[in-house]
Amino acid sequence: MQLVKDKEIVNDTWRYVPDDGDFGDGDITVSLARWKSDQQSLLNHKGKVGLRLLPSDGVDGIVDDLENIQLIELEFPDFADGRLFSHAWLLRSRYNFRNEIRAIGHYIPDQVFYLSRVGVNAFLPAKSSDIPFVLTNLNDFTVKYQNSVN
Amino acid sequence: MYQYTETDQTLVDERVAQFKRQTEQYLKGELTEDQFRALRLRNGLYVQTHAPLLRVAGPYGLLNSKQVRKLAYIARHYDKNYCHFTTRQNIQFNWPKLELVPEILAELASVQMHAIQTSGNCMRNTTTDHLAGVCVDEVEDPRPYCEIIRQWTTLHPEFDYLPRKFKIAVSGALHDRAATQFHDIGLHLVENDAGEIGFRVLVGGGLGRTPIIGQVIKPFLEKKHLLSYLEAILRIYNLFGRRDNKYKARIKILVKESGLDHFSDRVEKEWLLLRDANELSAERIAAMKLEFTPPAYERDTANDTSFEEHKATNKAFATWVDHNTAIHKVPGYKAVFLSLKAPDSPPGDMTDTQLDAVADLSDQYSFGEVRVTHRQNLVLADIKQADLFALWQHLDALKLATPNIGTATDMICCPGLDFCSLANAGSIGIAKEINEALDDMDYIHDIGDIKINMSGCMNGCAHQSVGHIGILGVDKKGAEWYQITLGGSSENEAAIGERLGPSVAKDQITKAIVDILDVYIKNRLEDESFLDMVNRVGITPFKEQVYATS
Ligand code: HEM
Ligand code: SF4
Repeated sequence: MQLVKDKEIVNDTWRYVPDDGDFGDGDITVSLARWKSDQQSLLNHKGKVGLRLLPSDGVDGIVDDLENIQLIELEFPDFADGRLFSHAWLLRSRYNFRNEIRAIGHYIPDQVFYLSRVGVNAFLPAKSSDIPFVLTNLNDFTVKYQNSVN
Repeated sequence: MYQYTETDQTLVDERVAQFKRQTEQYLKGELTEDQFRALRLRNGLYVQTHAPLLRVAGPYGLLNSKQVRKLAYIARHYDKNYCHFTTRQNIQFNWPKLELVPEILAELASVQMHAIQTSGNCMRNTTTDHLAGVCVDEVEDPRPYCEIIRQWTTLHPEFDYLPRKFKIAVSGALHDRAATQFHDIGLHLVENDAGEIGFRVLVGGGLGRTPIIGQVIKPFLEKKHLLSYLEAILRIYNLFGRRDNKYKARIKILVKESGLDHFSDRVEKEWLLLRDANELSAERIAAMKLEFTPPAYERDTANDTSFEEHKATNKAFATWVDHNTAIHKVPGYKAVFLSLKAPDSPPGDMTDTQLDAVADLSDQYSFGEVRVTHRQNLVLADIKQADLFALWQHLDALKLATPNIGTATDMICCPGLDFCSLANAGSIGIAKEINEALDDMDYIHDIGDIKINMSGCMNGCAHQSVGHIGILGVDKKGAEWYQITLGGSSENEAAIGERLGPSVAKDQITKAIVDILDVYIKNRLEDESFLDMVNRVGITPFKEQVYATS
């Protein structure tokens, strides 16, 4: 599968492991619950480890873990759930998370400009046919009124 | 008045281009109903009973003559020759064609206007006192701060998908004319003991289904912390506001359910982390103040004698001056209200011809500036007393001089069943009926100050819960009924009206209102206003009269 990362189309090298699934090899992401319950084995995992966060998960509970996390996926259950915008902002501005933050799930390409401003740098759209829209819409505005991450 | 910089202009132009693309994608089926809905709402576009409705932002109620002419042009070319002024100082068009809305937005952008964030679950148009900068009870002119807030709220990347809509109002005067106690955030410019001016911050007020009076969360906030404090409140609301039930999603419910103490602890903690890195500089404030410097008032205007002469000889003029003008901080000037409540036209509506004429009058008499009030009238804020007579004659010819500002026929009224798909009952028709029943101006002036607000359903667009008399349309087995409340107020003595009793049928509502006014006339003390009397005697005498006869 392809996604947009730092304004380029790239191949996805990550795999999400469901809560009852085996880690296997390679770069994997897991839910917050799995991260909390299997942290030791995840730290020993050969390959990178990422976290998939829902709006209700929040980010305050993972602040101390961030140095061991290579990717955070923010999963939109619904495009109107704006909490993830604050989560991205907190991760970048307050907790200095420097690795990839990726928007996944049911957001719309019309939101990517705002998402990039709050610190999301990778976009896996729900439909792969939306990739061109993501690329275009990242440039919706050349001006801004407020400080944010970008 | 604030003029767009290149950045401002680029931003609205790019927004128009973005919405044009979104509309095209929707029409091609590339955006779903739900997706396009969220996007169009953030551009002021509702779709309801008969046609889309486009709500245009009147930035803190301030318009210049060029903008007013543009509104006239849009009314003429894209609508049915009229527009509607709302209680949040905005402008609505009732009949635009969806596919032409991007074009209308481009027209607006050409005169430094937009419809950004005038609906949807985002930060809305900031409102203020319609007498800002000219009233005599002002601590400081609120408009520079309104513009700073306008910019901060516009396209804020983090807070565009809030649990629910979010409204901010700012007042700089001792008397609150901006209903700040009924906003998600209310800001009052106040002076502290050390003589410094800052903001008293209120949070969690609102009207709608659950009217709640805002509570003070910060008695004194230094100006330099304005934006960091707003950011802290918005972040806490965005993270913790309820998203499971849209009727419980406003910040007022979050504040109520978590308790003010707990809520303000959270905000305070968040704020302390932001505060020092996000100060509003004294230079930025000073520069913004320069955008709102007073116009070039003439000096000797108070020496004019013609004004008093006209008043002495023309009773109609004198009555109009009494009711439709307000005292101005510069001697010899007055602020003039244009009544959009003529008996035979829907409250708040204006035709293209009237708009064009008002634009001309503002150029001729009032430094080319027009303001929208939150009771759906207009203000020309800087009129020389020597010009009042001529202006009155023009306004009278335009049917904009009904001397009823602040009286029983200066009603706030929502579109109701005539235009709104959510309505339980009509409101424009009832307003007309009440107007006809109260067709004696002397009687209306004898009743004096009274605010009658009427909404067609409990969303409360016309603020019925804070009307001195509130009228709310309810549905009873498919028939239109009306519930009456008494004693509400959105001003300093903020209060939510008390229910009079069971709702009354459509053919009884006008009579009930007339009865209520009669009880007041018969029982008031000398100089006692309607609201004061309700507060003194309670609702019982009114109740007895209304239900005895119906
Ligand atoms: C005909 C189209 C209209 C529709 C469909 C509509 C819809 C709504 C809805 C659903 C609400 C409730 C929102 C909530 O409680 O969270 C609301 C509130 C409101 N509307 Fe409207 N409205 C319309 C016209 C108007 C007009 C013409 C005005 C101004 C005169 C107006 C001003 C307001 C205000 C001030 C509120 C309440 C503010 C508050 O809750 O604090 N609306 N409207
Ligand atoms: S109060 Fe109800 S009927 Fe009136 S405009 Fe608002 S939503 Fe429509």
